[in-house]
This record gives sequence, C-alpha cells and structure tokens, in this order.
Amino acid sequence: MSSNRRPTRLVASELACVRGGRAVFSALSFAVGTGEALLVSGPNGAGKSSLLRAVAGLVRLTGGKLALEDGDAELTLGEQAHYLGHQDALKPSLTVAENLEFWTRYLDGGGAIAPALDVVGLGGIAHLPAAYLSAGQRRRLSIARLIAVARPLWLLDEPTSALDSAAQTMLATLMRDHLAGGGMILAATHGPIGLDGAKELRLGSAR
Amino acid sequence: MTALAALFVRDLKLSVRLGGGALMGVLFFLIVVTLMPFAIGPDLALLARIGPAILWLGALLASLLALDRLIASDYEDGSLDLILMAPAPLELALAAKAIAHWLTTGLPLVIAAPLLGFLLNLDPAATGAVALTLLAGTPALTFIGLIGAALTVALRRGGLLIAVLVLPLTVPVLIFGVAASNAAIVGPLPFGTPFTILCALALMSAVVGPFAAAAALRHGLE
Amino acid sequence: MPLIDLANPTRFLALSHRLLPWFAAATAAAFASGIYLAVSAPDDYQQGATVKIMFVHVPAAWLAMGCWTVMTIAALGTLVWRHPLADVAARAAAPLGAAFTAMCLITGMLWGRPMWGTYWVWDGRLTSVLVLFLMYLGVLALWRTVEDPSRAARAAAVLTLVGAINLPIIKFSVDWWATLHQPASVLRLGGPTIHSSLLTPLLVMALAFLLLFVTLHLAAMRNEIMRRRVRTMLMLQAEAAGH
Repeated sequence: MSSNRRPTRLVASELACVRGGRAVFSALSFAVGTGEALLVSGPNGAGKSSLLRAVAGLVRLTGGKLALEDGDAELTLGEQAHYLGHQDALKPSLTVAENLEFWTRYLDGGGAIAPALDVVGLGGIAHLPAAYLSAGQRRRLSIARLIAVARPLWLLDEPTSALDSAAQTMLATLMRDHLAGGGMILAATHGPIGLDGAKELRLGSAR
Repeated sequence: MTALAALFVRDLKLSVRLGGGALMGVLFFLIVVTLMPFAIGPDLALLARIGPAILWLGALLASLLALDRLIASDYEDGSLDLILMAPAPLELALAAKAIAHWLTTGLPLVIAAPLLGFLLNLDPAATGAVALTLLAGTPALTFIGLIGAALTVALRRGGLLIAVLVLPLTVPVLIFGVAASNAAIVGPLPFGTPFTILCALALMSAVVGPFAAAAALRHGLE
Repeated sequence: MPLIDLANPTRFLALSHRLLPWFAAATAAAFASGIYLAVSAPDDYQQGATVKIMFVHVPAAWLAMGCWTVMTIAALGTLVWRHPLADVAARAAAPLGAAFTAMCLITGMLWGRPMWGTYWVWDGRLTSVLVLFLMYLGVLALWRTVEDPSRAARAAAVLTLVGAINLPIIKFSVDWWATLHQPASVLRLGGPTIHSSLLTPLLVMALAFLLLFVTLHLAAMRNEIMRRRVRTMLMLQAEAAGH
C-alpha cells in the first residue's frame, strides 16, 4: 500500500469550516514542506482540533482547497497521514501487541511491531491486555502506531497530553527523526512540544 | 484483504474476550422464549402451533439487542476515525464487521433454536425448518441493523433509537421467515417459495446494508 | 486451627491443597457405592427402570438450590464483611450451580419423555427450575462483563441476594400459574412414599453429589485465587514498565 512517491508539500488555501451554523475558521491558508513542522495554537474552541480533523478528512470543509503536492494521486490525503487524536483507539481486552498489530495490518498491510514497541518503551509488556495500561502508557502505545506504519504526514492533536517528561522527550526525538526523514508534522498544541524552529499558526485571534 | 481480515479477526476476538457480549444475545433469546408461555399459558398444543413465531420474534429482538455496540464502541474509543481514514474501503470494512457480528451473535441464536424447540414442544421437522429459516434470516437482520447502528453511532443513547429505526425494516424478513417455517409444518404453501424470498432478502440486505451504512457514516461527519 | 485463619487466602490455599485429595477420594468412593446401589435397586412397578434417573435428578435438584444458598451466604460475606475469600467462594459456586441446574433439567427431560410422552411440559416445578437456571446464567454473565473482580463481586452479591429474596416469590407465582392453567393431571415425581429400597441409594447418591460439589468448589476457589494473583502480578508488571 505504501507509495514510493513522497509528497513534498501540504498546501492549504482559504480553508473554511462551519459547524452547527458557526464558522469555526475561515480564510485559513498555510503550507508545510518536507522536514517542516507547523504548530497550530490558539485558545480553547479556536478550531485547532477541527482543523486537524478537516485535514485528515474526518470533518467536512465548507470552502478552500487542501492538497498534498507530488503525492500519490491514487491516495486520499487521509491515507497518507497519521492522525493522533484525543482518543487512543485501543481495545482494553486486546493485548498491547494485538492492538498495535491490528492497526499495522489495517493501515498498511503488515510490518514488524516489536521495534516500534521497544521505541516507546512497551516492549517488555507486549503480552499484557491494554486494560492494565496507565493513560501515559496508552498514549505511548498509540504513538507506536506512527512508527510502525510509515506515513509522510503526521497530524497530532495535543500529542504530549498524559505523557511524563521522559515520554515527551521520546516523542520529540521521534518527531525530529520523522522530519529529518523528509516527513511533515501538523500539530495542535498549547505549549512547546520540543520542536525548535517550528513555524506557528495562531487560530482564533481574529475573533 | 489483510486489512479486512485483520478487522474481522479483531472483532471476533473482542466479542469472545472478557467484557464482550458474544453469548448475551443467546441468553436474552432463552429468557424471552421462556417468558412467552407465562404470558399465553402452558398449553402445549398452542405453543407448538405458535412456536415458530415465538422463536422468530425472540431471535429478532435478541439480534437487535447487540446492535448498539456494533459501531458505537469503535466510535467511542476513536478507532472509527482511523478506519475512516484507512485505505480499505469503508463499505467492505463494515461488511467484515457485520459478518463477525453475525458469527458471534446471530449464529448462536440459530444453534440455540433447536434446544428452545423442545421447550415449545415443536416436533423435529418443525424445529429443523425454524433453524433453517433463522440461518437464512438472521444475516439479513444483522445487515439491516448495520444501517441503524451507523445512523445512530454519534448519539449518546442510540440503543432505543436503533430499535425504532430498524424494526420496521425487518418486517419482510419476519413475514417470510415465519411463513416458511409454518409452510414446513402445516402447509398449504410449499416451503420453497417463502424460503427463496427470505434468502433473496438476506442477499439483498448484504449488498444494501454496508453501502447504506457507509453513506450514513460519511454523512454523519460534520 | 482457628476458623479466622482460614479466611486468609494463603492459609486457605495450603489447607485446601491438603484436603482436596481426601475429598476427591471420598467423592469417588461415594459415587462407586451410590451407583452400585442404584443399579441393583428394584425397578418401580409403574415407571420401570426410568425411575433410576431420579438417583441423578433429585440430588442435582437439591444442589441446584444448595449452590444458590452458598452464593447467598458468600454474598453476605462480600457485602457485610467485605471479605475477599467470600468473593472467591461466590464466583466459584456460580458455574457449579448452573451446571447442577442444567443436569437437573436435562435428566428431568429424559425422564419426562417416556413418562409424559414429551421432553418438556410447563409444569410448575420444572418451570421454576428453568427460571433458576436463567438466574444462574445472569449471574455468570455479570461476572463476565465486569472486568475488575472486586467490583464484579459486589454487583454479583447484590444480584444474588435479590435473587435469594425473589426465588420463593418466583416459585410461588410459577406454581400458581401452572395450577391455574393445568388440571393436576401431571404425574407427581416419586409418589407419596418412597420405599426404603429406593431411599437408601438416593441418600448415598445425594451424599456423593454433595462431596462432588465440595471437591469442585474447593478446586474452583483455588483456581480463582490463583487467577487473581496472576492478574495482580500482570498489573504490577504493567506498572513497572517504563515510568
């Protein structure tokens, strides 16, 4: 499934989104190139999550254009992106390994999961049901998905929530590696997430 | 195909593990069928006559019961977002989920029906006919229910609404299921006619269900 | 050993480990003599050899009710004294109760086929045993649904107590329903008096079933305690991993 064509730029022009009769954002334009990260910030309700979900194809845009330049024309934007939302998309009755293996197979068609589990520090407890994990561990398990399946664009919604400082450092390293490999990151965040020199997009200042 | 197989196997695992509701539907079926004689009296001749109808109504309600977890559990933990984004077609993903759901909730009803036939004093031929019609009919119930589950997925209390939406759609299945069972027991119609229509209904809902459910999910997005 | 020491799960494991073989042996011996007595007992003049189903059916019926009694006492232990061993006892008794009730129902159906000409009639006694069976299945379903064992134990304890209060009411209403609808033409089990040639094997079989229950219950309690220990160990393992 994975494409050998690597997209070079995510371009958004004049995006608009209306939810429940209220304009969440409008006339929003930005671009993210390879090796670049864009941090979306703004007060609560400014539409950070909606923007990420719109890029993922989970929320309908009411206007504007969204394109991944030089990407595989047969794939949608969502199929070339990872989405790390507020929920961890884990099943408590499946083991750690089963959870990750399912998503690797479902998103990509297969791949080794053991290295990814080792990276996030869950390699030793792969056989445990996910029900026994703490919130931080659950978060790390869903981060393991980003490494197990290669996707050029990462959409991260508050990626550092529930993570302790060691895990935040781990995530920052992963994000830098992803960028160094030519990846792109679009992250909604309230504070610094350990990416120096990232561009920032402030939402909600117009209101 | 690996993606769909993975989803299918995951759903099977989830329903048989701790907290999964694989056998809850059968238990409900057993209780509903047991309650019927309390309401209408223990007359064995009467029970034998309306037995197929009781079994069909019980199976209908039991397969309805498990529907609200079919998609809602994936919605609540965020899995549905990833399924929507994934390369695998949503229609096929929903079909895989529905088949896994039928294997863990529908098929046990078919297997339990002959045992319940004893309680209702059905003779072996009648029991076989009811089990056969349930085998053909419960997949139709699951696929029709899939549509209701997709329509109500984002609602907090979808359970009752699913029943209200889905039950009218199941009327044809009930009619031909009970008609085929009765035809096998008392006639005068041959068993084949209503049974063929029942099979046709099942095949049709297997095609329409996933497409309608996928459309409902996509339009349910804001 | 004072009784209070038994309440400690570790002591319980040690003691039950020593007792189990003895109970198992006693069960085997009781069944051997019970089955011998039952086989050599005379046939009933009316029911023929079918009457011998009673040697399984009646003890199973007694234990079907006995298991709920054990669960009720354990439920009090769970709710009033919050004792972990009570949870374990209740959990271990539920599947046994369901199995004995199922055995009672199945042997009843096998007896009913030659006697009544049908496997099942909606007679008051049969029907209330069926309802009891459904209640066992309900308790089992509750145990299976709640992941945390001590929360599951409290929920199951409440259900068990409610069941214990309700069972006589259910029995009464089912009897009322059955006699309302049916003339008392149904053959009564056993008859007014039981001849001693049938009573002795019945009592021996009942003793064998009781011993079987005690043996299985002890073994199931041991399993449950160990299952919980495994669960706790796994949770500790999860906690230890990467913090």
